[in-house]
Amino acid sequence: MTTTPLWEVFIRPRNGLSHKHVGSIHAADEVMAVQAARDVYTRRGEGTSIWVVRSADIVASDPDQAGENFEPTADKIYRHPTFYEIPEDVGHM
Amino acid sequence: MSIHEALLELADDHLVLGHRIGEWCGHAPMLEEDLAMPNMALDLIGSARTLYDHAGKLEGKGQSEDDLAYLRGEREYRNCLLVERPNEDFAHTMLRSLYFAAFMRPFWLKTLETSGDETVRGVAGKAEKEMAYHIRHAGEWVIRLGDGTEESAARMRDAVAALHIYTDELFESSPAAHEAEAAGMLPVRAEMRDAWDEVIGQVFAEAMLEAPDVPYPQTGGRKGLHGEGLGHLLAEMQSLHRAHPGATW
Amino acid sequence: MYSQGLIGADGRTAETPEFLEAFQRRVDAEEKIEPNDPMPEGYRRTLVRQIGQHAHSEIVGMLPEGNWITRAPSLRRKAALLAKVQDEGGHGLYLYSAAETLGVSREQMTEELHSGKAKYSSIFNYPTLTWADIGIIGWLVDGAAIMNQIPLCRCSFGPYARAMIRVCKEESFHQRQGYEIVMTLAQGTPEQKAMAQDALNRWWWPSIMMFGPHDADSQHSDQSMAWKIKRFTNDELRQKFIDATVPQAEYLDLKIPDPDLKWNEEKGGFDHGTIDWDEFWRVVKGHGPMARDRVKDRKVAWDNGAWVREAALAHAEKRRTRKMAAE
Repeated sequence: MTTTPLWEVFIRPRNGLSHKHVGSIHAADEVMAVQAARDVYTRRGEGTSIWVVRSADIVASDPDQAGENFEPTADKIYRHPTFYEIPEDVGHM
Repeated sequence: MSIHEALLELADDHLVLGHRIGEWCGHAPMLEEDLAMPNMALDLIGSARTLYDHAGKLEGKGQSEDDLAYLRGEREYRNCLLVERPNEDFAHTMLRSLYFAAFMRPFWLKTLETSGDETVRGVAGKAEKEMAYHIRHAGEWVIRLGDGTEESAARMRDAVAALHIYTDELFESSPAAHEAEAAGMLPVRAEMRDAWDEVIGQVFAEAMLEAPDVPYPQTGGRKGLHGEGLGHLLAEMQSLHRAHPGATW
Repeated sequence: MYSQGLIGADGRTAETPEFLEAFQRRVDAEEKIEPNDPMPEGYRRTLVRQIGQHAHSEIVGMLPEGNWITRAPSLRRKAALLAKVQDEGGHGLYLYSAAETLGVSREQMTEELHSGKAKYSSIFNYPTLTWADIGIIGWLVDGAAIMNQIPLCRCSFGPYARAMIRVCKEESFHQRQGYEIVMTLAQGTPEQKAMAQDALNRWWWPSIMMFGPHDADSQHSDQSMAWKIKRFTNDELRQKFIDATVPQAEYLDLKIPDPDLKWNEEKGGFDHGTIDWDEFWRVVKGHGPMARDRVKDRKVAWDNGAWVREAALAHAEKRRTRKMAAE
């Protein structure tokens, strides 16, 4: 059985916004992938630009490393503005 | 002969082709094409509706888009023969769309530039872009099938042999079309030849296809002289509407 | 469009109690589960099965309505129906994609549909005999689908929930389209009204059955509820559907073909007559009037398209080779 490759589709809803993952499609090559993405995911005026990338080419972080990747940031609260105390009289900052 | 009939010819072309493409819905070679083909059919049916409506108004006898689409028989339909050709297989279907869109794109562009009829220019502005996409979508498929496997190449060649004989008719103007051209409503069909040749030439070069010589082109659709398939298409399309005269749907 | 209450899911699983408890805690906290997250095998298997069934239902669901595209009685209806059937194809596509994140390919799922191993909603094994069926399907079948699909937007599995959000957004026109068709018929000529009533008579019970067996007879419901793959029981959804639909039928002056249907003040909902479960199981097991035709149609489309898919792949390979040679 032949398998048509899977592609991930990203659409820019309108200029000024970034491309956002919307789903996937199957296509034999990049030209047909863009057309399929257009025909499937922009039928209701959802976009102004399309990116497609072969699903197999995506490099993802390892879920087993989720702890070491993402938990160490939890206690670095000094990175957030609310960590700092400014008197109300100073006004919005 | 009257000018609104030139619009009927165009409307019939769009409806019949849209109907044919719609026959695929749910039966395409892959799910992505089950989405792509209805997009094409909807573009065509959308243009047909506006053109029928406008033709009815110009005629001035109170005929609605549905009266014109559903209550004329096969001798009254004025579509060109190309669009009524049966779907056969995906190669025939894509080639038929390519041939048609490669004609309509320059036709609508010229209409946009020169037509004195606002409604027709409105259709042209929308349809010109739709036809550009149909050329791309159908054209890319013709290239893939022509230069794909042995089987697909053979099927593509069969499609060219079967359909190329109907392409000359695209460039013919009926007496009604001549009238619309003289009135500055529609462009001269024969003038689209260079643009059409260029698109087809490019696609065929990549698809490893050759355009055959056509010593005896098939025409007659504008006079209501169709193939046998159109009668069946209309019998199916119109059956329910005709079974309930005057009903609202 | 819709998958009915899941038939034949196997939620058995063999992980340690600690693993299962930790997983359950995440689900209970309304955390979404994403494809690469650790998950019980039974959860994965249930999802593959349910999403697959749901996707197949959308794809097979294109056929009964597609049956009327070429005969739609006005150009406006023709365009709307084409767009609607196209949407069903899109929904199938989104759902196959969601299932593919769990490591099963669309080709595999397609094979299972064609071999009869995978199920789809039995409602599509009934024929569409008149134009009124198209209206009734939009009104009742899509109406039932919406009841089921809105809660699925909050399903615990991220890709399924996201697919459902897109489906629900698109689906909103389907039921209105159907109701408008039925309304036009009900307010039309006597023949048109009779056509609408006849279609309602034929589709009412199959629509009610779409929600699946009664809760007491639904073996897999509890586990799916706990895993938040399913968020309301079959009977809850059925009740909601009936309560919403009865007044809509009254407005059209159409009669729902259930002599036992009556308002129950105490429960604040309608009581309905006995459902013919023999018919339900007969159709689920593949003996519906159109079952063979539906699967055959899908198989023919797939088999006839094989040369197209192969050509596209062959051409892609040639392009790659040429590009490499040019570099």
